Amino acid sequence: MEIKRPGVAGTMESSDIIVRIEPKETEGIELTLESAVMQQYGKQIEKVIRETLEELGVTKAYVNAVDKGALDCTVAARTLAAAYRSAESTEYVWSEVKVK
Amino acid sequence: MSEFDYNSIPHINEVSACHGVYDEKNLWQKDPISFDERQQHSKKVLPSLEEAIRRVGLKDGMTISFHHHFRNGDYVVNMVMDVIAKMGIKGLTLAASSLTDCHWPLIDHIKNGVIKHIETSGLRGKLGDAVSHGLMDFPVIFRSHGGRAAAIETGELHIDVAFLGAPSCDPYGNANGYNRDSEEGSCCGSLGYAKLDALYADKCIIITDHLVSFPNTPFGIPESQVDYVVKVDNIGDPNGIMSGATRFTKNPKELLIAQYATKAIVASGYFKNNFSMQMGSGGASLAVARYLREYMLEQDIKCRFALGGITGQIVQMHEEGLVKKILDVQSFDLIAANSVKNNRFHEQIDASYYASYVNKGAAVNQLDFVILSALEVDTEFNVNVMTGSDGVIRGAVGGHPDTAAGASMTIVVCPLLRGRIPTVCSKVNTICTPGKTVDVVVTDQGIAVNPARPELYEKFVEAGLPLTTIEKLRDRAERIAGTPEPIKYTDRIVGVLMYRDNSVIDVIRQVAD
Repeated sequence: MEIKRPGVAGTMESSDIIVRIEPKETEGIELTLESAVMQQYGKQIEKVIRETLEELGVTKAYVNAVDKGALDCTVAARTLAAAYRSAESTEYVWSEVKVK
Repeated sequence: MSEFDYNSIPHINEVSACHGVYDEKNLWQKDPISFDERQQHSKKVLPSLEEAIRRVGLKDGMTISFHHHFRNGDYVVNMVMDVIAKMGIKGLTLAASSLTDCHWPLIDHIKNGVIKHIETSGLRGKLGDAVSHGLMDFPVIFRSHGGRAAAIETGELHIDVAFLGAPSCDPYGNANGYNRDSEEGSCCGSLGYAKLDALYADKCIIITDHLVSFPNTPFGIPESQVDYVVKVDNIGDPNGIMSGATRFTKNPKELLIAQYATKAIVASGYFKNNFSMQMGSGGASLAVARYLREYMLEQDIKCRFALGGITGQIVQMHEEGLVKKILDVQSFDLIAANSVKNNRFHEQIDASYYASYVNKGAAVNQLDFVILSALEVDTEFNVNVMTGSDGVIRGAVGGHPDTAAGASMTIVVCPLLRGRIPTVCSKVNTICTPGKTVDVVVTDQGIAVNPARPELYEKFVEAGLPLTTIEKLRDRAERIAGTPEPIKYTDRIVGVLMYRDNSVIDVIRQVAD
C-alpha cells in the first residue's frame, strides 16, 4: 500500500488513539508516539501499529500517534483506517484485520 | 465572716487547687464597658498573620498544622507559608490533615528550606509529582485520618502552632465551618479535622474571612482553645471548597457497579432496621446511596447512623427520615455543609472520635458496612489509593484503612479497567489498606469475596449475584488490556505509608525518569 497524502483516524477521547500517517520518500516507518500509558504499554502500542502497517504492506511513512489508553484492537483499527485514507483507497479488505 | 488562721485548717496542705488566703489585690479588674464595645477590642484579634506568627513565637524547626476542609479551594496553607517564608523561619514540619492540587506553591518553600518535612494524608498534582521525583530529603509521612488523630492524642505528633481557616469566627475564637450570621462567603460544614488540632496544638490561630459577633454558637472550635484570630479577605474559593464531589453519575459502568454493590449489601445480612453505614463521594458510591434508598423505602428499613465524609445524598435520606443520625467529620458538598448548620442530628465529630485506634471508642468501630474506592486492588485484596499506575503520588489514604478495619463488611467498588489500566492486579504498587480488612470487591465485571468471609459468599450465591474470584478478575483485566510493564523506580524512598496503628505498612520510592 502506498501512502499518498496525510490521513488521520481516531479521536483524543479517553480509551481512543488518534493516528496520523504522512508520505515519506525513503524506506522505513518513522513513528512518534505519545501515550497516557507510555510507561506501561508504550512498547505494545508501537508493536501493534508497526505490525498493522506491515500487514498492509506500508513500508514508507511518517506516523504520529497520540494515545489515550486505547486497547490493542482500537490501536489496530485506527491505524488501518488512517492508512486507507492516506492511500486514498476505499477498497477495504476487512479480513486484513487480524483478531487481536 | 469569721476570723480564721489558714494554717489551723485541718488537712489544708493536702487540699489541691487551694492557692492560699484570699487577697483583694488579686481581684479581677472589672471592665465597665458594654459587651459589644468590649468585643470590638478583643485582644485575640490581630491585624495581620505576621503579628500572630510573632506572638505565638514560631521558631525554626517547629511543627505547624493545617486542615483540609477547604479542599482544592484552600488559600490558607499558601497564604500562611508565604508569610512564614518572608519572616525567614526555616526547617518546619508541616503536618496537614491533607494536601491537594492547589498546594503546589509549597514546592518553592521546600526548595528554600522553609519546610523540611511533611506529614499528610495525601498529596496530589504538581506537589505529588515533585515529591515522587525526589523533591525532599526527608520522606513524606502518610497517615490515615485515624492514625494522625492517634499520633496527635498520644503527643507523638506534637503540634506547636495550628493555623486553622474558618468560614466564621467571633472575636474570641469560637470558630465554625459555616456562617450563621449571613449566607455569604465560603462554607465547609464540619471542621472535624481542625477540631483535634485546635485541642492539642500548643498555640492555635484561627484565620477567618467573616468576623461575627460573640458567641458564634454552636461552634466547631471553642474560644478556650484559640490564642489568636486573624481576619483576612478570603480564606478560600467557594467553588474549589465544594468542587464537584456530589455528581449523579451517568457512567453505565459506575451504575452497574453500584447496582451490584447495593444488591450485595441487601443480601449480606447487615441490611436490617437500625443498620449503620459509610459511603464515599465517588460516582459509584453516590449511586449506591441512591439505589439503597429505594430498598429502604420498599422494605421499610431505617439507618441508625451514617458516618464519615457526608454528601447531599445522605442528607436527603436524613431529611426524609431514612437516616436517623449523621456523624460528620468532613462535609463533601454544599448540601452537607448547610445540613450541619440546619439539622440538629447532623453532628460534627472530630478525627479522633471518627477513627482513632487509641481513644476510648471510635465511630468507625460501629459500622455495619463501608463502601470504599480503590486505584488498585490485588489478589490478596490489598488496596492502593495513593500511587497512580505510573507510580506517582496522586491520592490520599484518608479514612480508608480506618473504616476498612472498623466495618463489619468492607466493600471496595472499582471498575475492572480505567482506560487501559487494570484495577485488579497481582500486586498493588502501594499498600494503604491490608487485604485482611477488605471483604468484598465489586467491579463492573463481577464480584469477588475474600475467602476469609465464606458466609458472605454463601449469601451472595443465594441472592444470585454475579460472583467470580479475585484471580479471575485479574486474569480478565490482563486479557483485555495486556500485561503492563512494571513501573521503574529508583532505590530512594520518598514516602512512608503508616497503617492506622502508625506502623510502617509500605514505602513509596522515587520514580525513575
